[in-house]
Amino acid sequence: MAKVTRGFLGRHTDRDPRLPPGQYDTGNRWPVLTAEVTPKLDLATWTFKVEGLVEQPTTWSWDEIHALPASDYEGDIHCVTTWSKLGVHFSGVSVDTLLAAARPLPTASYVLAFSHTGYTTNVLLSDVTMGKAWVVWDYEGKPLEPQHGGPARLLIPHLYFWKSAKFVAGLRLMDHDEHGFWERNGYHDRGDPWLEQRYQGD
Amino acid sequence: MTDATSWQTATVVAIRPETARAKTFRMKLSEPTPHLAGQHYIVRLTAPDGYSAARSYSVASPPDDSGEIELTVEKLEDGEVSSFLHDDVIVGDEIEVRGPIGGWFVWNGDAPAILVGGGSGIVPLMAMLRYARNLGRTDLLHLAVSVRAPDELFYASELDPAEQTIVYTRTTPAGYARPAARIMGDDLEPYVRADLDAYVCGSAGFADAASHMLVDLGVPVHRVRVERFGPTG
Repeated sequence: MAKVTRGFLGRHTDRDPRLPPGQYDTGNRWPVLTAEVTPKLDLATWTFKVEGLVEQPTTWSWDEIHALPASDYEGDIHCVTTWSKLGVHFSGVSVDTLLAAARPLPTASYVLAFSHTGYTTNVLLSDVTMGKAWVVWDYEGKPLEPQHGGPARLLIPHLYFWKSAKFVAGLRLMDHDEHGFWERNGYHDRGDPWLEQRYQGD
Repeated sequence: MTDATSWQTATVVAIRPETARAKTFRMKLSEPTPHLAGQHYIVRLTAPDGYSAARSYSVASPPDDSGEIELTVEKLEDGEVSSFLHDDVIVGDEIEVRGPIGGWFVWNGDAPAILVGGGSGIVPLMAMLRYARNLGRTDLLHLAVSVRAPDELFYASELDPAEQTIVYTRTTPAGYARPAARIMGDDLEPYVRADLDAYVCGSAGFADAASHMLVDLGVPVHRVRVERFGPTG
């Protein structure tokens, strides 16, 4: 049980029920947390791949991925550094649409998402299917800025936001779990904000 | 890299001002855990009704065997945690902390590196510089720090413009040779080599500008480690 801090009352009179435990509402701000140099990616050569344990490894160009059926997310996002941003709107394509083209093999149960920078993050395949994940390129109707992962990032809003890989380049389907960048550095394998799965061992 | 860590109680043993808006809190850990230079701790405050608020703060003190850590906290407008730490916490208070956390933005004490910090972004870099001093290996590191004005420079008594690059963006000390201006390639160029690691810490805007500057000067992009400070209160 948490120990009461002498003198601390907190500012929680109107705490929004959309906030998971330990999170605060960052309001209009969108803090930037990236461990690498923000890349300058060329849309003419940009690609997105689904590879690994799939029947049909598939690569989309920027134009090809935009030709897929559009899908939006409206809701909340939660960063492990304790900010949440409520009621945001992203547009892109559902990961279900991408996987339908590549056709995962029955042995696939884990995913390593990888970025054009070399960043990686691991998730369960079941955490990116059934309408739970997107590849997005618009935020509030405008192109996603590079500092927030543009031209396109992964979006898995029910998990802490480091799982939503910026500058995403593809998904590798695997039959085993493999730690990504932050997971190697002590962060949780799954990262459910409602369970406060912030670090390994949570 | 980082082991699973659990919450522990730390006792505040000293508080010292760094600037008008920043204080360093020295805390004695109930469960001392060695940290690496560049790592951070989470501070959690809990109200009697169970409400809690937590924020991450970089460790400013170098790895040592004191069983104590120093966290430098800048007071942010509207900052629920930073305001409480600044206004209410006194020596002897017990605060819950968890750490050390982070296995990426760390300097292990043996590789040459350039450290570039903006404002409070100096904190984890200071842990690295202090560590290098304890090891007698200041030859490995060059610190460049950018602040708006002299009274916003943390750890000023430990910094020397002859040894470190100190950039003032709005107001300089009297007689300072470099005019007030944002950090630029010329400030870093003399200290950049292709075999360096680079550690950049500051606001998102500063970190982007400084990290691109280092890449343009020839530091391989994969050797640039960046820590961006969001407005976390």
